[in-house]
Parts: sequence; structure tokens; C-alpha cells
Amino acid sequence: MRREKAHRAARASGSLASLRRRLVFAGQLLFTLAVASFLVVPAFLSILAGVTANYFVGIRSGVTLQWVVQVLTLYGDTIMRSLVIALATLAATLLVGVPAAYALYRRGGRLSRLIEEVITLPLAIPGLAIALALLLTYGGIPEFRRSWLFILVGHVVFTLPFMVRSVIAVLAAIDVKLLDESAASLGASAWRRFRDVIVPNAQPGILAGALMVVTLSLGEFNLTWMLHTPLTKTLPVGLADSYASMRLEIASAYTLVFFVMIVPLLVAMQWIAGRGRPNGERR
Amino acid sequence: MNATHGVAVSVAACAKTFADGTRALQSITLEIARGETVVLLGPSGCGKTTLLRIIAGLEQPDRGGRVLFDGEDVTAVPIERRMVGMVFQNYALFPNMDVADNIAYGLKIRGMPRKERQARVAELVKLTGIEGLEHRRVDQLSGGQRQRVALARAVAPRPRVLLLDEPLAALDAALRERLRGELNRLLRMLGITAVYVTHDQTEAMVLGDRVVVMRKGAIAQVGTPREIYFSPANQFVAAFVGAANILEGHAAHEALVLPGGRLPLPAGGRNGPLVVMIRPEAIRLVAAAGAALAGEVESVSFVGDRLRVTVQGVAARAVVVEAPNAATVKPGDRVGLAVDPACVRILADGSP
Repeated sequence: MRREKAHRAARASGSLASLRRRLVFAGQLLFTLAVASFLVVPAFLSILAGVTANYFVGIRSGVTLQWVVQVLTLYGDTIMRSLVIALATLAATLLVGVPAAYALYRRGGRLSRLIEEVITLPLAIPGLAIALALLLTYGGIPEFRRSWLFILVGHVVFTLPFMVRSVIAVLAAIDVKLLDESAASLGASAWRRFRDVIVPNAQPGILAGALMVVTLSLGEFNLTWMLHTPLTKTLPVGLADSYASMRLEIASAYTLVFFVMIVPLLVAMQWIAGRGRPNGERR
Repeated sequence: MNATHGVAVSVAACAKTFADGTRALQSITLEIARGETVVLLGPSGCGKTTLLRIIAGLEQPDRGGRVLFDGEDVTAVPIERRMVGMVFQNYALFPNMDVADNIAYGLKIRGMPRKERQARVAELVKLTGIEGLEHRRVDQLSGGQRQRVALARAVAPRPRVLLLDEPLAALDAALRERLRGELNRLLRMLGITAVYVTHDQTEAMVLGDRVVVMRKGAIAQVGTPREIYFSPANQFVAAFVGAANILEGHAAHEALVLPGGRLPLPAGGRNGPLVVMIRPEAIRLVAAAGAALAGEVESVSFVGDRLRVTVQGVAARAVVVEAPNAATVKPGDRVGLAVDPACVRILADGSP
């Protein structure tokens, strides 16, 4: 009789412990969801506003694409310009950044590290300060000042460290010095080595750097806002403009367009990062 | 393919001081004959790899040093135009190319037409025994296969000299032994001038026509494997190449006086303090009674094909003896040691 009681008590306390575990889990889940929704809900509402007929009436006023169409007609040029600048920035960082990374890594030593630090400096300096420096130095050349190339220079300065760092990281991981020496022993000139051996094997780093550069260039606001003229607005600058002067629905639809452009890039970046890891381990 | 080819290599007064002031190599002069395999042997940090890299063109010797291929000064010629073949310890295969493309790379660089290239690759694949792997990715190969590909790639463009930097060091013992044999066969068959760097004395013995023993950036001794083994120039070479008993004592009447008795010396020696070397396999264990030299067994290790016995009380340090594995001795036994005087090597008066 007594034993049965003890047994029952033990079972009760056991189920009490499992209940407590389940409560703790539920609490943690709720907390996580709350934090996530705090971050996600504004983005969701903003997108929703972009396809709502009348934001002040609410979603029951109907779903429409008219705002998106208006954005494309009103701001189509800023979207195109942003794409052109992003691709041009990519081209410039590839042409300058990849050989620079190779040279810096291959050479090594204190001078290389100093140069790497200088290249990385724009990460630490506020975009506004970089823009101001560019304006002070080159603002006096009107043709340059008025052209989108002026913004391009700012974007290259800002994104170059991401390309260089990303490529250097891969070069270090594949022991590129040894590959370089073995290609040289087989008779390959510096250029053939770079083309046949270095670039193909640094590809994961170059790809990761490229996605980063395009993403950063598309979304860059600080610098660009200082450097732009009314005729050289980019997407983020246009976005700020529409927030200030347009219907909320148009600004929101604009955000939606931006999302559609940037999210695939972010997903691709994640995918490459995930794919790169097991690959790196196998080597 | 059996004809000797490649060039004679001369290294003339090549020293190397690195940018930080470290002196990696004293002034080295070395002649390597056409078709000869020379092994650079020494402990890590002895400068053997630096010397190899100077011959390759990956390092420049200090001012005044020269490297000549068949009399032609190539000191200023960069590696990509020296026509050398290199095999690295970590293979250094190109991960972005398959096996066949790796082997063909040097041929492609030199502009060999596709048809000839394919024929040469097929020939080398057969020679190195990697048939069927032509279209594998490099990361799908085992260590031994990678080493074979690296070798095939290095010899494909018929280099003037083949340079091998510890090519077997990354492999496990059994594989290393097998590949050592294959490499030996291949080097003889190709008849190419080869310089082989290793810290493994067995590899040096098996592969080298001549062995260059190096220490602290200088050459300690150059000779055939037999010369190096049986007549080491000094204590360092004696101890580095194989096991050696170094005995110090006083020579009198053609015998070395030791704490454990008298060791007969080769005839014609002079009297006075002396250092000698005896290989462990040159000593026989005999009955203690009546032996000229005797001591007490300290330890016995069974290593399969033989026994390794250490005997104390003979000299200042315990003497190592390699005995037949059927011998029945145990620690504490009194044993006599018999040594043929011809097997006693007198080292240059105690120089280290």
C-alpha cells in the first residue's frame, strides 16, 4: 500500500518535470517568435501597403498593382541606373580587386598588410565623410560631377575591401603560393598562372565577393545621397525622395520593388556560403 | 626512353641569406652529373630545401652564387624558363583540373598540339600506373595516386632536371616503401638528372647514386650510399645515417682501451686519444669468458627480424648490438663482444 503511494508520487513528480520542460520550451518559442515578428512585421506591412488600393482604408479597399506600375514609370530610370552602377562597380572591383588580392597575398610582408589596411579603411569611415572627400577633390570637374561615374567611384571605394578580403580569404585557404610555384615550374608565365590556376581556384571567394559588392552597391544610400545630382538618382535615393514627397502607397511599392531585386541576391549569398564550407573541408 | 638525358647541374658558391638576416645556406659548391640522382639528406633546417629551390629558380642565391645547367649560367633565368620539373611534398596538383589536364598542363603551356599531348599523357599514365584515373578530380584521389600524378605532371614536358622535395613524406610507412621502389625504378628508367630532398636516410640510400649529407646550411659529406654508411666523415654523418656506436678511448698497440676491455683496431693506427664508430650489426655477441671486450646486458628489444640489445659497462655510453633473433640473452647477463677490426671506423680525432 505504502509502496504504491510512493510509486504514484514519483510518477506525479516525473510528469511535473516534463510539464515544466514543455512550458519552458513554449516560453522560449514565444519569445523567439515575438522578436522575429518585431523585425519582420514592419517589412511585411510595408510590402502590403504597396499593393493596397488605399492604405488609410486598409486592405479591404482592394489589392492592386497600380502603385508598382507607377513606381516603374516614375522611378524606372533610378532602378536602371542602380543596376548599371552595381554592375559597373562589380566590373571595377573584379578588375582591380582580384589581381590586387593576388598580389597582396603573394607578396606578403608588412607593406602588403599596410596596403590591405588602407583598402579596408572605407569600412570604418562614415560614407558621408568619404563623399565629402570626393566632392572636395573632384567636385570641381563639372562633367565628372554631373555624371553617374562620380557615384560609381564612391561605390568602388566603398565595396572594394569586401572583394579583396573575400578573395584573400580563399587564397589563404587553398595554399595558392604552392599552386603558383608548381604552375611556374611547368613553364607558366605570371599571367597564365593567374588565368589558369589562381582565378579558377579562387572562384568561390570571387563569387561571394561579387554578390556582396552588387548587394552593397544596390542598397548604398549614405554616400550616394551626398554624391547624386537630380539627374543621377539611384534607387535608394529615389526611395528617400518618394517617402518625402509621394503617397505612402507609392513609397511602399518602391520598397517592394527593391525587395524583389535584393532578396534573390541575399539568398544566393547564403547558398554560396553554405556550399563553400563542405567544399573547403574536402580540400 | 632508356637513354640518359637531362643536364649536368653545377652549383657554384651558392649561399643564401634571407631578408630577416637568417643564413640558411653557407657557400655551397656541388657538381651533379648528367643522368645522376643526387639526394640531399639532412635534418629539418639544414638548408636542403633552400638548395633545391635555388636550383629550381624559386630562390636567388646571394650575390656571387651561380647555378649552371650544362655550363650555361641560369642563375638569372626565372623558374618558368628553366625547364625544370618539380614534385612537391604536398603534391600541389591543380584542383580545378582533372588528372589528365594536370599532367598535360606543362605540355599545353609549351604549345604542344592536342594529339601529341594526348599521346604523351597516355604514355605517362601507363608509366606511373594510374590508368583509368585520367578523368578523376584531384580530390577523388588517394595520397599515393596524387603523388604519381604529380610525378607524371613534372616529367611530362621532359624537363632538363627533375627536382623532388620530400615527395613521400606525407604518405604512411607501407605506402612510402612501395612508392620508393617505384620511384627508384622510374628514375633509372627515365635516366634523368634528379635532385631529391629528404630527411629519411633509407630513402637516401635506396634512391641516391650519391648522397649529400647536410647540416646547418653546409655539406657534411658527399659520397655514394656505401661511402656515407661505411666511412662517415664525422660523428654527425655517422649518427644521422643509420645507427652508430660512437666510442671514445685511448689507442695503444692497435687496440682501443675501454672500460670493458680492449677493442682491436685496424692495423697501422697511431696511439693516443681516439674516437671510433661501429655499426650495431657489425658486433657479435659471444661468451663473456675469454672475450677481449665484455659488458652486462641492459635491455633487449625484439624487433622481429632481429634483436636490439644494449650492453653497458663496455664504454662510457651503452653499446647497441643487433643480434640474430634466435639469440637468448636477457637483461643482467654478462656477454662478450666480438668486432672485426675492419668494421671499426676511425673518425677524425673526435671532431663533432
